Amino acid sequence: MTTEMTTTERNSAAISETTRGGPIYRPATDIVERDGSVSLMLEMPGVAPNDVDVTLENRVLTIRGRAGQSRPEKLQLAYAEYGEGDYERSFTLSEDFDPDKVEAAMKNGLLTVTLPRTEAAKPKKIAVKSA
Amino acid sequence: MLYPTTLTSDPFALMRRMSRDFDRTFGARAPAFPEVNLWQNEEAVAITAELPGVEPSDIEITVKDNVLTLSGERKAPDLGDDAVWHRRERGFGRFRRAIRLPFAAHDDQVEARFADGVLRIAVARPEEDRPRRIEIKAA
Repeated sequence: MTTEMTTTERNSAAISETTRGGPIYRPATDIVERDGSVSLMLEMPGVAPNDVDVTLENRVLTIRGRAGQSRPEKLQLAYAEYGEGDYERSFTLSEDFDPDKVEAAMKNGLLTVTLPRTEAAKPKKIAVKSA
Repeated sequence: MLYPTTLTSDPFALMRRMSRDFDRTFGARAPAFPEVNLWQNEEAVAITAELPGVEPSDIEITVKDNVLTLSGERKAPDLGDDAVWHRRERGFGRFRRAIRLPFAAHDDQVEARFADGVLRIAVARPEEDRPRRIEIKAA
């Protein structure tokens, strides 16, 4: 059984367009494994907790975030270093995750998705008996 | 990507934006953190910055004359020693950026809000510094 996690390198959003017309960014992601669960931390600034969509379908975990407008009233953009838009990224998981136990929490623009490994997939230590 | 068609005061602004979008698309990381956007009109300036995962208490904003300094720390999550990293794309550590404003601001005219990882700083232009409209008198 595989325990590795792979990702779709290509941004699938580059092919299709959004109905809203804005750009789609790939959020920077940290993936850490500990205590039998895998945590993903995705940077999605400007996305409110209600505007995040996490789906797990056929081993593909897809995260979408809809950013709110930060444009201040009556002001004009004079200098820009970042663009605003939606976020989308998907990861292909190994089969040993329980889709019902996936948890997601959003705080300060950082989305944390926790995927616990199923009991069957956790490594079992086999004691060797002396003959 | 949408670009403004009207000419701004800075002829290189559009070029920089396009270059930035190019970098963003092809994976080059901008060296400056946080990335800021600047908004302005005759009465005020607003600065927006993306600081995902940073606590508002870890951000410090200071204003002296016409320089606004934004500093703070991106703290790495405490995961313990047994954590195994699969992928590491985010950065951590102390950051500091100084932004020159088009006017000298007073401390009491600076307002900052932080929501969903986006910092918004509004700086009002002091009354004595605002452009005045001159009435033309009939001869």
